[in-house]
Amino acid sequence: MARPAKSKKKPEAMTSVALDREKALHFYRQMLKIRLFEEQVNQLYLSAKMPGLAHLYIGEEAIAVGVCEALRRDDYITSTHRGHGHCLAKGASVDRMFAELLGKAPGYCRGKGGSMHIADQETGNLGANAIVGGSAGIATGAAMSARMRGSGQVAVCFFGEGAFGQGLLYEVMNMASLWKLPILYVCENNQYNEYTHYRETTAGDVAQRPKAFGIETVAIDGQDVGAVYTSALRLVERARQGKGPAFLICDTYRFHGHHVGDINRAYYRPKKEEEEWKVRRDPVRLLVERLKARKLADDKALAKIEEELRREIEAGVEFALNAPYPDPAEVDQHVYA
Amino acid sequence: MALKETTKQAALIAGSGREITFAQAINEALAEEMRRDSTVFIIGEDVAEAGTPFKVLSGLVEEFGTGRVIDSPISEAGIAGLGVGAAMTGMRPVVDIMFGDFVTLIMDQIVNQAAKIRYMSGGKLKVPMVLRTTLGATRRSAAQHSQSLHAWLSHVPGLKVVLPSNPYDAKGLLKSAIRDDNPVVFFEDKMMYQLKGPVPAGDYTIPLGVAEIKRAGKDITLVATSSMVQVALSAADTLDKGGIGAEVIDVRTTAPLDKATIIESAKKTSRAVVLDEGYEGYGVTAEIASVIAEGAFYYLDAPVKRMGARNVPVPFSPVLEDQTVPTAESVVEAAKTLCGKL
Repeated sequence: MARPAKSKKKPEAMTSVALDREKALHFYRQMLKIRLFEEQVNQLYLSAKMPGLAHLYIGEEAIAVGVCEALRRDDYITSTHRGHGHCLAKGASVDRMFAELLGKAPGYCRGKGGSMHIADQETGNLGANAIVGGSAGIATGAAMSARMRGSGQVAVCFFGEGAFGQGLLYEVMNMASLWKLPILYVCENNQYNEYTHYRETTAGDVAQRPKAFGIETVAIDGQDVGAVYTSALRLVERARQGKGPAFLICDTYRFHGHHVGDINRAYYRPKKEEEEWKVRRDPVRLLVERLKARKLADDKALAKIEEELRREIEAGVEFALNAPYPDPAEVDQHVYA
Repeated sequence: MALKETTKQAALIAGSGREITFAQAINEALAEEMRRDSTVFIIGEDVAEAGTPFKVLSGLVEEFGTGRVIDSPISEAGIAGLGVGAAMTGMRPVVDIMFGDFVTLIMDQIVNQAAKIRYMSGGKLKVPMVLRTTLGATRRSAAQHSQSLHAWLSHVPGLKVVLPSNPYDAKGLLKSAIRDDNPVVFFEDKMMYQLKGPVPAGDYTIPLGVAEIKRAGKDITLVATSSMVQVALSAADTLDKGGIGAEVIDVRTTAPLDKATIIESAKKTSRAVVLDEGYEGYGVTAEIASVIAEGAFYYLDAPVKRMGARNVPVPFSPVLEDQTVPTAESVVEAAKTLCGKL
């Protein structure tokens, strides 16, 4: 089907909260960690050291970091098949992440989940989900549970714009709004439902959908970590105070293919478009430019962080490659609690 | 184990003398568990003031309030999903799916989410959730409100599936289901809600995964589930008068399935009929027949007979519908044939 003309509507302008040096550098570290982690995942895949597939988060790092930095450690998240960034941003460690991707015993799920199912109770990560929109119920249920237990926790449900096609999302948004549940729905609109532009699959103005349920809805530039953090902070605290759910639409872009094997993409996505996003709207580069402009960091400080991260990633890969596989007898374990 | 359980049951019932309906037994189990554990709550369509269309939950909202007996929109997938998320984070939800036919609407949440979360997380997360729903035909409700789809859920590793056949079992099994740390799907025969039986007032549980010999016999084994247990017991009475001793086994849970009790009985009697109200094709009867064939083949004197619901959508007209479910008469006939006494 022909692609309708793009909406002229600009994302809502957000004034970022002023980031102090420490926070800004921490954001940079977290975003770059995800970037370097994912680059390494791609290498592991290309060198046939990783079984299965992986869906890289490169290009979308500002969203996971901006949102998770607005959360408490015990707040919940649910993630997606493109979920490595969310897990890391919520506090997962690089070595156990790599171990899971390689199906090794020290992995977060003892090798039973793999790339698309990393869960980490310690950091409130209720799991990545390989069904598009499949975790909307889980996240909303976690929010309901937080309310019932009076724990003050908030749940965040990450999903891509492909989830707009799933009925479950609308069922649970309805209940979240009815019962003012403490949940933030974060839509990462990376423009493509796998290999199809979302405007070919999604009618109308998507922001009107959550609004129709009476849910506070904000659309922002997902490449601007300051904007993401500012909005997330406000919406999370609002939810925590019992003022109800919110919906954050983040415009973003997947720099790589749908998955690591999706190399030749010209048939569904113009190379020129990819280049424009990579050159003009790389979230890591945008943050670096801002840090330098505000004199919060110089090349030396940034290089030091990068060097530390590269060592951490390298050590993590080494750990995972040398880690043992699970005992074959474990195949029958954990079916039931 | 099954015999031990029978003895315990007999002792309990003897000390009670009280009779209540199947619906009251369910209600009582929920009320007792909600009093015992503040994390237990109910969510579903018309569960609060209406007490469900079957009036099974009447009175609960008055005692526990709308915060714990929650009327939901007509969103089966949504409430199942909420249940999964709540269960993963410290609650024990009991999700009410009004008709068993509506499990079609919640399959992703149950099959891809609830059943797999424990395993996918390498044993870190758990989903202590109960999903109550119904089964059973002959209520003149036609094809979309009459099916018995428990075989579908019994097929999925990670789920437990419970099929009580009388008020006593309903209460004890539901209490176990609520206390279980796994997702449990609890199927209630909607034609059985008004059936009365002895049920002790106090707390007791029946373990999941333990079949019960409801009646002992030496000539033929009738293995049955849920609604078909009453059919099997009625058939056994008739067979007894004709000189055939039928042993009736109530499997009580299809997942886990108590294979040992079934095999032991088949070895003893050498003949078996398997009864279940789900569709016969690819169903519970096929699974149990294969358990008997694999475990008792050299003891059998006749092929195992399967009797499930006819492989047609459940029709409306009583004349048509009544043909689709096994009856005591058809079971008697099948049993006599297997015993060479027809």
